[in-house]
Amino acid sequence: MTITGIAAIGAGLAAIGAGVGIGKIGGSAMEAMARQPEMHGKIQSSALILAAFVEAVALFGVVVAFLQG
Amino acid sequence: MDLITPEFGLVFWTAITFLCLLFILKKFAWKPILGAVEEREDGIKNALASAEKARKEMENLNADNERILKEARAEREAMLKDAREIREQTIAKAETEAQEKASKIIEKAQAAIESEKKIAMAELKSHVAGLSVEIAEKVVREELSNKDKQLKLVESMLGEAKLN
Amino acid sequence: MTLNTFKSVLFSALFLATSFAGYATEDSDNTDNKEFNPKEMILHHVKDAHGFHLWDWNGRSVSLPLPIILWTDNGLSTFMSSAFHHDDSGKTIVEKNGGKFVKFHEKIYQLEAGASSVSFDEEHHPTNAHKPLNFSITRNVFMMWVSVIVLLLIFFAAAKRYKKSDDNVPTGIAGFVEPLVIFVRDEIGKPMIGEHKYKRYMPYLLTIFFFIWINNIFGLIPILNGANLSGNIAFTCTLAVFTFIITTFSGNKNYWKHIFWMPGVPVPMKIFLMPIEIIGMFVKPISLMIRLFANITAGHVIILALMSLIFVFKSVAIAPVSVAFSLFITVIEIIVTAIQAYIFTILSALYFGMATEEEHH
Repeated sequence: MTITGIAAIGAGLAAIGAGVGIGKIGGSAMEAMARQPEMHGKIQSSALILAAFVEAVALFGVVVAFLQG
Repeated sequence: MDLITPEFGLVFWTAITFLCLLFILKKFAWKPILGAVEEREDGIKNALASAEKARKEMENLNADNERILKEARAEREAMLKDAREIREQTIAKAETEAQEKASKIIEKAQAAIESEKKIAMAELKSHVAGLSVEIAEKVVREELSNKDKQLKLVESMLGEAKLN
Repeated sequence: MTLNTFKSVLFSALFLATSFAGYATEDSDNTDNKEFNPKEMILHHVKDAHGFHLWDWNGRSVSLPLPIILWTDNGLSTFMSSAFHHDDSGKTIVEKNGGKFVKFHEKIYQLEAGASSVSFDEEHHPTNAHKPLNFSITRNVFMMWVSVIVLLLIFFAAAKRYKKSDDNVPTGIAGFVEPLVIFVRDEIGKPMIGEHKYKRYMPYLLTIFFFIWINNIFGLIPILNGANLSGNIAFTCTLAVFTFIITTFSGNKNYWKHIFWMPGVPVPMKIFLMPIEIIGMFVKPISLMIRLFANITAGHVIILALMSLIFVFKSVAIAPVSVAFSLFITVIEIIVTAIQAYIFTILSALYFGMATEEEHH
């Protein structure tokens, strides 16, 4: 297996991690919004920010993959 | 690796362009737009505040009116009460005065009757005395002429006097 | 009415997007005349370039030449990118101002004195040439200026609308711009920085939001050859550095205390936290930089990779699937353009808010 292949696997693993993280954030945000519809706006913006933080970690993985690509 | 190495040329141009854009937009776009938005918001806020103030004033006015009305009503009530009291007092006073007057008149009348009575009694007494003297005179004269006749006279005189 | 026009323009842009992306891939296939290499094609599209390639006509590239500005040992050398005659393999040598220049993989190299042609080692690094300082107006710089002109036109027109009306009622384009401006102020500035201090940062936040957003959108329009400005690390790096500089310079006593001597924790913990906080200070702008760069580049790579499928499988049958998927991704990317601009701005605002936060008692 070439180093590029390993990098691609790494990017995929990073995507799994981010997927789990963002999925949890999204699920909890949905639940919270269903419980408290009046807090909809606040929950949405904080969920987006948190998703951005999680995503950043995954993107570091993508960048490492770019480095090898 | 190429992809994630910042090129100096692009960094240079981005920095210059961004700074220019920032200053131009700040001066000619954000200031007027944000200024207008804020002005409008202030206007709305002021309008709402003044409406609220007007509403409060209205309420105050209403409350004042209510208060004045209440006061007037209370005053009227008090006046009516006073008037009633005064009337009652007057009536009572008048009654007592009338009573007093009536009793005085009665007293006076009684006193007059008493004095009349006294006068009458005194007159009667003097009359009786006069009569007695007359009788005595006549008795004395009759006695001097006829004993029987004298007695009879006295007796008839006395009988007359008794009837009186 | 205007909304409908806007919608129809948006949709035609979308359809143009997919169709031109298709042509673009075809171009690179024809010109190369060899086995189609999706990686090469994608990297070519994602990276910066000298000259604005528009289309191929009868086997010849039609492109808009852009000025190349180099700072060499002999001073400034300027010439147009058309001097290279579309050569990107380092064969055409341009002589200017006493220097010999070649273009190889969209990089300009200056030949060492005495060398007459460039030679490469195994890793494709030139052995007898070096890179001069390159201030060229590249495709990305050109697109950045176009976006600046568009921004200025939009916001000048909006500002003029307010000047015209006496009662500050937003009409025309101001009605379109104002909700966005108020969004940045009320959803980003006020909650993140605080009611009292947000005003100082509003021009920066607004500028950065619209600048990133419009460049994200421009990156999605393939007729502009997908100039991938906001997916270029130099661009995101510059903006992140601005955010870092502003954060650092507006940091108050409380901010620095939280970095160097965290209040409310025992002394060993304070010593332990200090390096972490110092690293965190730098990680914040770096994550800003990587996030925007990787998101936008990844979007471009996915769209181009889906298009490449047609040429990888060498079949027209795959084209409907490919087009459908890339249309889908393009629609998602349109949302991402706004979300990434929003996230960059809101995180910048968050860092400013942290830097100016007053001590809580």
